[in-house]
Amino acid sequence: MSRGYLLSLPALLLFSGLLILPLGLTLVLSFNVFDYQVGVKAGEWTLAHYLALFSDAYFYEIFWRTFWISALVTLLCVVIGVPEAYILSRMGTPWRSIFLILILTPLLISVVVRAFGWSLLLGADGLINQLIQVLGGRPVKLLYTPFAVIIALVHVMLPFMIIPVWTSLQKLDPSAEQAALSLGASQATVMRKIVLPQVMPGVLSGTLIVFGLAASSFAIPGLLGGRRLKMVATVVYDQYLSELNWPMGATIAVVLLLVNLLIMLSWNRLLESRYKKSLGV
Amino acid sequence: MSRNGPLALGFHGLVVLFMMAPLVVVCLVAFTPENTLSLPTQGFSLRWFRAVFERADFIQAFYNSLILAFSAATLATLIAVPAALAISRYSFVGRNFFSALFLSPIIIPHLVLGVAMLRLFALMGVNGSFTWLMLAHVVIITPYVLRLVLAAAIGIDRSAEQAAESLGAGRFTLFRLITLPMILPGVAGGWLLAFINSFDEVTLSIFVSSPATQTLPVRMYVYATESIDPMMAAVSALVIALTAATMILLDRVYGLDRVLVGKH
Repeated sequence: MSRGYLLSLPALLLFSGLLILPLGLTLVLSFNVFDYQVGVKAGEWTLAHYLALFSDAYFYEIFWRTFWISALVTLLCVVIGVPEAYILSRMGTPWRSIFLILILTPLLISVVVRAFGWSLLLGADGLINQLIQVLGGRPVKLLYTPFAVIIALVHVMLPFMIIPVWTSLQKLDPSAEQAALSLGASQATVMRKIVLPQVMPGVLSGTLIVFGLAASSFAIPGLLGGRRLKMVATVVYDQYLSELNWPMGATIAVVLLLVNLLIMLSWNRLLESRYKKSLGV
Repeated sequence: MSRNGPLALGFHGLVVLFMMAPLVVVCLVAFTPENTLSLPTQGFSLRWFRAVFERADFIQAFYNSLILAFSAATLATLIAVPAALAISRYSFVGRNFFSALFLSPIIIPHLVLGVAMLRLFALMGVNGSFTWLMLAHVVIITPYVLRLVLAAAIGIDRSAEQAAESLGAGRFTLFRLITLPMILPGVAGGWLLAFINSFDEVTLSIFVSSPATQTLPVRMYVYATESIDPMMAAVSALVIALTAATMILLDRVYGLDRVLVGKH
């Protein structure tokens, strides 16, 4: 029906001009020849940036660091977020709503503010080091280490894990748990056979979101990682705004986007096939 | 309902502490009378808040962000409402593609969008212009309005609309008097969520803003990489207060738990 097109037209125009077009231009840019003297050479093509990305030890180190930090952050979010969502779901009113909002609203506060908060806690004479000294220990360097980046990323990402797990817990029928318990199943069995299978889709989609957001995070490694602890996003920033090598920056951005989309799509596939299996379709 | 044991409650306490600690510390340090980043042990002082209001660059950045978030959220709403109605009630070829396209900025890293728009704006010679910065924000916040309006539009009872139509109401009258009031919580909630997301955005803005159009989060980011003093804590505390006020509003018009976890 043509009214559908008419009503979507403004959005379609905006998204063609400011989403599809710039992403296409960036893909083109990543194949452009770059010269430090003259800049981007339009009309001259090369695969050199992609080759550099896959052969240069510097980029290898950045990608590897981004990968293990994101994987560890995701793991920590699962280990903390899943039990927390379960505990929240077992709370009574009004505590459940109060704590849910307390834990999830940091999501809506600027990430720069949250990063700054962590730098106050983790700094050389920050609160944590003051506490260590009061307890008789020696101050440790926390800020500008992977530790600082990881802890702040977990803080930023935890809500993204709790939300989907919470949502899938809402579909859990509490009488199924009670029935199992009254039939003599232990708490551990109830957990393993009833609760965990139910929350798995939530855990999987949380894992996906957290990993994707962590791998492309910019402000947290930028503010808490310092000059030397680079991640993919901060390297793209350097390529664009200090090296001024836009084609190289575009190449990294394209690879980051593709890896992100690939993980999202394959995970979706996995999720769907699991759903179908468990529904017996 | 089964209750949580002491171990579970202890774990829960630690998680809440972890989530709250950085925000609480920022708000406390903002009131320090000292020159260094320290907790106010010798009494509270407002000197760093006064220092913020003496910084013309921060005031300018704040106004930029406010106007930017207001106009971008409004334009995003004007674009997302018709799109949501199209997707929720008309079937046409490409409908699924449209909805995936309009929601996609949620899963595309803002960094990638930032460098992509930087390239486009540089080619057009408009980088750093406020209008184009605002349009870039519209792209990244439209999905939030779309999601909430879609949820509202799918749930409504169509019989009132059909009755109005059979009584001869025109399309615009129908929308203004029947459809809009029914989806209003979704529209208002979507606008507020879009406003917060635009106001907080830093990663994309850092690429496509100029010193004249710098937003508050970008100004804060640049400031924090250069120097750190309690003024930064005071700005942060003000941002937290403003966000909290918007969240209370969001809770009133739409329900914060519905926005955050999609509860109905």
